[in-house]
Amino acid sequence: MNIIVPIKQVPNLTDDLEINSEGTNVDLDSLQYVLNEFDEHAIEEAVLTKENAGGAVTVIGVDTTGELTEALHTALAKGADKAAKITGDFPRGTDSHTQAGLLADAIRGLSPDIVFTGVQAADDRDGQIGPMIAAHLGWPYVGVVTGVTVKDGQAIVHKEYAGGVMAEFEVSLPMVVGVQAAHQPPRYAPVSKIRQMAKTAKIEEIAGGEAAGAGSTARRMFKPEAASHAEMWEGGPDEVAEKIATLIKEKGLLKG
Amino acid sequence: MANDVLVLAEHLSGKLADITFELAGMAKHLAAALGGKAIAVLLGSGARALAESIGADAALYVDDPALAEFNPEAYSRVLTALIKERAPRLVMLGNTSMGMDVGAGLSITTGLPLVAYVNRLAADGGTLVATSQIYGGKIQAEAVPDGEACLVSCLAGAFPAEAGRGSAPVEQIASPVPLGDLQVKFVRLIQPEGGDVDITQQQVLVSIGRGIGGPENVELAHELADALGGAVSASRPITDAGWLPKTRQVGKSGLTVKPKLYLALGISGAPEHLEGMRGAETIIAVNTDPKAPIIDVAHYGATCDMLDLLPALTEKVKGG
Repeated sequence: MNIIVPIKQVPNLTDDLEINSEGTNVDLDSLQYVLNEFDEHAIEEAVLTKENAGGAVTVIGVDTTGELTEALHTALAKGADKAAKITGDFPRGTDSHTQAGLLADAIRGLSPDIVFTGVQAADDRDGQIGPMIAAHLGWPYVGVVTGVTVKDGQAIVHKEYAGGVMAEFEVSLPMVVGVQAAHQPPRYAPVSKIRQMAKTAKIEEIAGGEAAGAGSTARRMFKPEAASHAEMWEGGPDEVAEKIATLIKEKGLLKG
Repeated sequence: MANDVLVLAEHLSGKLADITFELAGMAKHLAAALGGKAIAVLLGSGARALAESIGADAALYVDDPALAEFNPEAYSRVLTALIKERAPRLVMLGNTSMGMDVGAGLSITTGLPLVAYVNRLAADGGTLVATSQIYGGKIQAEAVPDGEACLVSCLAGAFPAEAGRGSAPVEQIASPVPLGDLQVKFVRLIQPEGGDVDITQQQVLVSIGRGIGGPENVELAHELADALGGAVSASRPITDAGWLPKTRQVGKSGLTVKPKLYLALGISGAPEHLEGMRGAETIIAVNTDPKAPIIDVAHYGATCDMLDLLPALTEKVKGG
């Protein structure tokens, strides 16, 4: 089973996001980048699939941060077998259309049986990469998936709808999956193992070519103005507990 | 090119999803501004009556046995053909489980740009302006398509559903493309297992997020919920980690709740979570980050440590 996981880094959302002076983008250079959290789940589901069905996992990404190598090493430490990066002049904030085009070209050459992508990312304003890769390759895509079982050239996938309802699909391989959550929480990679990968792992470099962009232009970015804001209660746990208890009493919410 | 606005209707188990009405209402408004028609597109099998109950200017009903249940591959093929043939100005999809499976792929197969996570749409002097909610709800990005036509996927709850309820004249057609050789086969729907507690029926919810730290602390939330006569619910990371059953999950892929009191403890308030709880009567948010999006939705907020607050509040309620 030849398994591929395209990954990308996104700004760390616990950082304060600032708008650039033109008001057209987030000031991306000032931000820390982390692996897209859904890609963590995609890596986990890929490694689980390999453990069950055999084969090898290749992680691949477009290096838009100059720091993708670290993310690839971490994925290797978690159980991926090979890593590749697409190099070229692709800055931070490179849109989904461009990344999907580059990734589809690279993935086509690797002839996988199944591709696991994160279902979405915090910065994919022009859409999610997974379905775009599938459309480029002419392969089926099912997203918002929480479980994949591969057997006899087919995948059984569970897709989530609202309210806890799920649909089960049977899909002929090759296919692209958009992972919402892996069967189990993404495993932890020990720092020692990541360091070891950084010393020993070989990362294949693929020169990126041309790809069509988003086809739309963000002319303005801004922080949303909250329609309202909470009345803030100062103080420690005891004072806040007192305020909440009083409110509960006032509203008559206590039973009995 | 026509100035029509196409809307993908979503349905499951014989029922239209609210997103359909939300999109149809906005589509009518935009179509009127653009000088076109708002056309709801419903793919199904024997589901004409559903198409009739959407408040668009017209409905296009595509009937095929392969469309009896949502199938991302079948939907993509049919929609690609319809969009190419009818050349609408705008195609509106939900940024939902179904809409997300087809939107980005359609952008590739039709060559039209997609603007995703849209929560505001306008026809500004004939120019389409779509505003996306990105970076976990922290940034709004206002975008215009480089060409005339565009696809958008819109967040649930962004537009009022009332404006899209009603009826429309239906044109029924067969699938414009063959659907006999699909790689994706629908097998079955799996209903959620009946949980021990139905969180949608609770007056008080003690809802926990990543701030709970570890599974050993979940009991603290249960103790408070018991004292309040309510139940414990959670954001996605907690149920994904298996610290609480899936039936306790509030949000886009979980349940929508409207309790009298929603105590959001250690929940930052990702858009997917807010979608499921913003209708609560009173929301109290406790989060160490005063800039967390949950604070903007809450009526009352505090930044103290939730792990200290939980036992303190349980004591006060019990003693009170």
